[in-house]
Amino acid sequence: MAKPMARARKRKPTRPERRPRPSRRNSGRRSASARLPRFTNLLIDHARVLVASLGRLASQPLSTLMTVAVIGIALALPAGLQLLVANVRALSGHWQGAAELSVYLQPDVELTAAEKLADGLRADPWIAEVQLISADSALAEFRESSGFGDALEALPENPLPHVIVVLPAADRQSSEDVATLRDKLEEDLPAELVQADTEWVARLQAMLEVVRRVVLLAAVMLAVGVVIIVGNTIRLDIQNRRDEIEVTKLIGGTDAFIRRPFLYTGIWYGLMGGLLALALVASSLWALDEPIRRLSGLYGSGFRLQGPGFAGGVGLTLAGIVLGWLGSWASATRNMRRIEPGHEK
Amino acid sequence: MIRFETVFKRYPGSREALSGVSMSMDTGEMAFLTGRSGAGKSTMLKLIGLLERPTRGQVIVNGRNIGGIKRRQIPAFRRQIGMVFQDHKLLNDRSVFDNVALPLVIAGLGLKESGKRVRAALDQVGLLHTEKVRPMTLSTGEQQRVGIARAVVSKPSLLIADEPTGNLDPGLSLEIMRIFERFNEVGTTVLIASHDLHLISQLGHRRIELSEGRLTFGGEGENGHG
Repeated sequence: MAKPMARARKRKPTRPERRPRPSRRNSGRRSASARLPRFTNLLIDHARVLVASLGRLASQPLSTLMTVAVIGIALALPAGLQLLVANVRALSGHWQGAAELSVYLQPDVELTAAEKLADGLRADPWIAEVQLISADSALAEFRESSGFGDALEALPENPLPHVIVVLPAADRQSSEDVATLRDKLEEDLPAELVQADTEWVARLQAMLEVVRRVVLLAAVMLAVGVVIIVGNTIRLDIQNRRDEIEVTKLIGGTDAFIRRPFLYTGIWYGLMGGLLALALVASSLWALDEPIRRLSGLYGSGFRLQGPGFAGGVGLTLAGIVLGWLGSWASATRNMRRIEPGHEK
Repeated sequence: MIRFETVFKRYPGSREALSGVSMSMDTGEMAFLTGRSGAGKSTMLKLIGLLERPTRGQVIVNGRNIGGIKRRQIPAFRRQIGMVFQDHKLLNDRSVFDNVALPLVIAGLGLKESGKRVRAALDQVGLLHTEKVRPMTLSTGEQQRVGIARAVVSKPSLLIADEPTGNLDPGLSLEIMRIFERFNEVGTTVLIASHDLHLISQLGHRRIELSEGRLTFGGEGENGHG
């Protein structure tokens, strides 16, 4: 059959010679210069589809808005929780440095004995600082700060014990070392109670770890939700554009070509959803900023809510884009296959 | 250009649509595929365009056994064939120009070159003035001509048409057939399925006749290839 082909071409003087277009696999045989405009045209087509898919979304503002809202809320939820965990962690970090141990001596320990014990501790290499708070000074301080002055006057004697406050050496502040030190102090000293102030911090950390995991699980589930939402929207879109897909297949459109507008639709959904999520998180932060500042002011702390920051914002938007792309890719690939021209008969 | 070698086709759950059809067509030839509805005309065209696969036998198009073409290679193969359908298969959400340009967009042709080719194709079917309107606003005959323009815009060496005049009155039908003849004159191989024997006899091209899935007339070309 090759010979008649050649003959036919000679018979076509009115038209430029046309060779069958090579498939993409064969394109390696083309020279680089021939491929370059092809690549440029592909880019132009991507740009065209990028704009066209946005136009299509804009032509159905209500349904677009609803889809975007669902994606935005689904993304804002884990992002907001994550931010909450990060803030509580930052807050507890403020206190973790002060890993003090308070040794409440037994009430029958005299002040001189307490001073001797305190001096003994100063020699310990694990200990950086030792401060003795006598029962009298503790009572005076308590009287001043608590406002129970009159009530305290009525007490027959000072109910408070002497307290030795121990600050571990800088290299002995890990929770294990502090626990070891606490056990040692409890054993060595006539102490009623040795309280490590880090304990509650450790508990909070452990709790935060649990919450962090929960947030992570929620994030994974909501991400799957976003993929499904985008996938379903794209599925409906494909059903509505069935004719277009069928015709495009008939005249030789590749799967990639047919999928392209749907992928960009998914990317737009994801981008807009991500930005909406960012806006939701930002406005929640804004709404909480003032009360939190007042609260931390009352506690004499300069703590302020941390925002997601630039990296967090970009990450959230990117997450939206990736999920939108993923959902549309999976849905388009699956649903396009079902539309084949010529199967109706 | 086209060769069928004892081709059988059975659609799932129905009788045989083609039973051992053998025929061949030379490059640059123009032929009509005739027979009653249900005789297997559409099936033959679908096999050529890889809309269907034969149950048995081989179909060779352009020197290539198309049975070996894999699913993902089908788009590239279809781009070498111009197809015209009875119901035009135009997209009504875009202009005539965009409809005709679609094969070129798929092929990744530049905008400037595409514009030139689309206008040339529309000019060849006498519809240059309609490029901005939607296909729905045109008459059936005009819509069919847009369909033809879309089929030829990428200058395929083979043009197949399934009942292109099925919905047209005799005058318009002849006009459409004349357009196909003009493309054939410049070297395009043309195969048209039609049951309009009166029209076909007016034109005097080769006739291939099918009856109940069997070839009853005109299986071999004048040159006897295949």
